[in-house]
Parts: sequence; C-alpha cells; structure tokens
Amino acid sequence: MLTNRRKDAWIAAVLVAPFLAIYLLVFVWPTIQMFGISFTDAPLIGSGDWVGTENYERLPKDPRFRTAAWNTAYFVVLTVLPGTLIALLIGMGISRLKGRLQAAVLALFFLPYILPVSVVYFIWDWLLNFQFGLLMHILDLFGLDRIPIMKTRDWFMPAVAVVTIWWTAGFSILLFLAGLRAIPPEIYEAAALDNASRWTTFRRITWPLLWPVTSLVFTIQLISQLKIFDQVYLFSVGGRPNDNMVLVYYVFQRAFQQDQGGRAAAVAVTLFVLVVVVSVMQFQLLRMAGNRK
Amino acid sequence: MTRPRLQTVNLWGGIITVLTVLAAVLWAFPLYWGVISSLKPEDEVVRPYIELWPENLTFDHYITAITTTQIGSWYLNSVVVAVGVTVITVASSMLCGYALSQLSFPGRKALWWLILASFMVPTQALIINHFVLVSQLGLINTWAGIMLPQLIHPVIIIVYKQFFDQVPKDFREAAVMDNAGEFAILFKIYLPMNWGVTTALSIVCFIWTWNAFLWPFLSVTRTEMMTMPVGITQVNDAFGVYYARQLAAAVLAGLPVALAYLLFQRRVTEAITLSAGIKG
Repeated sequence: MLTNRRKDAWIAAVLVAPFLAIYLLVFVWPTIQMFGISFTDAPLIGSGDWVGTENYERLPKDPRFRTAAWNTAYFVVLTVLPGTLIALLIGMGISRLKGRLQAAVLALFFLPYILPVSVVYFIWDWLLNFQFGLLMHILDLFGLDRIPIMKTRDWFMPAVAVVTIWWTAGFSILLFLAGLRAIPPEIYEAAALDNASRWTTFRRITWPLLWPVTSLVFTIQLISQLKIFDQVYLFSVGGRPNDNMVLVYYVFQRAFQQDQGGRAAAVAVTLFVLVVVVSVMQFQLLRMAGNRK
Repeated sequence: MTRPRLQTVNLWGGIITVLTVLAAVLWAFPLYWGVISSLKPEDEVVRPYIELWPENLTFDHYITAITTTQIGSWYLNSVVVAVGVTVITVASSMLCGYALSQLSFPGRKALWWLILASFMVPTQALIINHFVLVSQLGLINTWAGIMLPQLIHPVIIIVYKQFFDQVPKDFREAAVMDNAGEFAILFKIYLPMNWGVTTALSIVCFIWTWNAFLWPFLSVTRTEMMTMPVGITQVNDAFGVYYARQLAAAVLAGLPVALAYLLFQRRVTEAITLSAGIKG
C-alpha cells in the first residue's frame, strides 16, 4: 500500500509538471516581478533604483491616471448592467423559439462574439465613418447633424460601450439560454393553470430561478470590462487617446510608449488588486446566496 | 372561460417572436454591411445613399488585400500560434486535471486552490513582465514568444477534472485489477470516454487564441510576424483611405473563426457554456 502511495505521488508529479512549469513561468514569476518593479524607477527593460512607494503616491495626483480610473469606471457602468439586461431580454426571446429558427436567430446574435476585436473595429469604424458611414446617412435622413462620434470626447465611451455590448452579448445570451433551459417546464404549466400573468410568472419563477446565471453573467462582465483595452486603443488611433484613457491603456502607455516600467507597474498592481478584490467579493456573495437557499 | 385568455397569450407570443427575429436581423446587419461593402467597387462604396446590394459585384479588394499585404504570413502565424497554444494548453491541462481527479498526492489541495485563485489574475496587468520575460528569453518576434504567455487557461483544467470525476469508479477498479498503469488508464479509458469534452475545449481554446489581440500586438514589431487580427490593423498605413480594402482584409481575418462557428455551431456553443462553468 505504501509503495502504491509513493508510486501515485511520482505519477502525479509527472502529470502535473508540464502545467506547473508553465504556471510558475508565466503566472507566478511575472506577478512577483510586477510587485517588485513597482517600487523602483526601472525602465521597461532593465533594472532601476528602489524608490519606495513613490510610484503609488504619484497616482492620486496624476491627472491621466485619474482620467483612466474614471473612464474605466464609466465604461463598467455603461456596459455591465445594460449588457446583462439586454442579453437576458434577448435570451428570453430566443428561448421561446424552436428548432431551426431558434438556431438561426441565436447564430445571428452570436456571430459577432466569435470575431477578433480588430474585425469588430473595422466594421463599426466603417458604420460610423463621418463622411460615408451608414449611420451618418441615417442621421441625414432625419435631418440631424452628423457627429464625428469616435473623435468626440463625450460620445467616445458610450459608443465604445455600444460596440462592446454588440460584440459580447452573444456570450451572455448563451449562458441565459442554458439557464432558461434548466427551468422545468412543469413549473410554467402550473403557473398557467393558476392563470398567473406574464409579469407575475417572470417575477415569481423566471427571475428567481435564473438568479445564479444572472449573477454569473454580471460578474464575468464586470471583471472583463475592468480590463478593457483593445477597443479603446483601436478606436483612439488618430483620435484622442489621452482623453479616452483606461487603466490597461495607461499601463501600456507608461511601459511601452514612455519606457517607464516602474510607474507602469504601479498602475498594473492597482488594476490587479482591484480585479482580485472584486472577484473575492463576488465569490463571497455567491457563497452567501448559496447558503441562504 | 379560458379561450379568450389563450388567444391573447398567443397574440403576445407572436409579437415577441416577430420582435426577436427582427432584432436578430438588425443585430447581424453591421456584419452584412461590412461584407457587402467589401464587395463593391470603391466608387460605389462612397455613394451618398444606402445601397443594400452592389451594382457591380467585385472581388478586386480581396485580390488587392492578398497581393499587397502580408496576409499570407499573418494567416500562417495565426494558424501556427492558435494550433500550438491549443495543443499545449489542452494536453497539459488534461494531464493535470486527471491527476487532480484520480490520484492522491501531497499538495493536491494546494494545487487545486492555486488553480481556482488564478481565475482572478488579470493577465492584462502582467503585460510588462511578460514582455520582460519574453525578451529575456530572446523570443520577441517569434511564434514561441507570442504563444508563451497564452499557454494557461485554468478553466480547462477545472472542466477536465469535473468530467473525470464523473467517470464511474468501476472502470478504474477493473483496470487496476488487470494491472494497467495510470497512463494506460488515462489514455485508454478516461480520455476516450471524454473525447467530446476534448473537442469542445480545443475549439474554444483555438478561438480564444485566434482572436487574442493585446499580447500578440505587444510581442511583435515586425510586420511579417504579426497574427491576423493584429496585421489587419496595419493595412491602414498600406492602403490609405480605401475603405473597401480594409473591410476585405477584415473579412479575411474573421472568416476562419466565423466558418468554424457556423460548421460546428452546437459544439462551439456547448464548449463556451462549459467554459463559463455551466454544465451543458
């Protein structure tokens, strides 16, 4: 028995080794290094001198960091809750359909999600093009003034939020559909026998039974939108990146465009801690909700 | 008594169905518009009214995009990177998931928590040190360099473990009686019983890697080493303001994943639901 145990441990070590090696190399080591250089004035490549917490103390006074933090928060507000609700509505609409029609409608909503972000960017950049974009033709039809949307400060974040919801809703819709399918039809039949109205059925059956999925979708959205970069970067090319700054963009700018690895790392650590805190809070909330049942 | 009520229900049901279908068509319209614009001659593209179907259908922009840019290299890079990442990630996760599910060894609990905890790590925050690591290894502008930081998706291990946990113990006990080793048990019993999961996870891993933007964008500076999604953002410079050509390049970049989805629709949706931690 003892030799068996020891043999098991050896085999386990062999099986786990490839994953563990990669994990240590690309997860643990860079994380430790990130914390390390955030206390130095290192450039992107190469070492620097210890500066204590100076990089962190600068952040609250740094106007660009404040813009980045504010825009990230604004973007989260614009996308997370609206995105979740839109996906829920669409998911409920699709779940009523059957067979091939359902598959076709789902595919239409889902296709954008499967595309690379730069493809999404080209499609929307073309739609919103100030001279020839389809949306501008529509504005003309209604006699409205054309707007250079991605070049206007106040329109930028809302427009990127719309594009993001369009791009990613398919994923949330899929999760809602899985959740709706898991609700036993007998419950709805019972409600119909009781002559329950549509709204009552939704409020008393669908919403509470779907709650675990809703909170899952909400959290996944929240965490991924905190890490927004790609769309903002692409739509800002040739525009006003400093006004559209978000946290990851700021890390990128400090590190890769201004060669300030240390200061960039301080921003990265802030983002890191923020995401971890949100994840832990979510985990606790889910556990509490689980215990209550 | 029930008849009038039933009718209103059906009426509302009909309206909701029609609205859903309309919304779906509207939702996909930007895709249609992008594709159709790439098939119009340049002078039609800039017409000041909405033209839903080209007067003269043309594939010229595709030919220009292919012949004047390095799309061929970008495709190759994307395929190599996406296949490489998928094979390495799925294989290493499968082995690790099996160990976690079937073997008892010291540190098993700790490893499990480590994997769960890594869910929280935002890889975007690690870009600086990924860049330092990859350049220290001399891998900037190489396939290996693009792949390295993308080789971990903890969720794949978790899904494998869940599925291995569900294989009835009888299979394992019978195999042990026959003196089969752990590797034989894994490759002859557990893996073949879970081919569906492996296919599904491979498809999502491929799609994630194909679509990755931030890291491939940072780790490559030479045009011929770019992946497809990064490369097409460079055609701006190559083309100037020829919108239809940019769109043609974009269509070429999106085509492989769009086709993969349309061909394996059920598998893809199943895989994505799995990857979110919901069992399909």
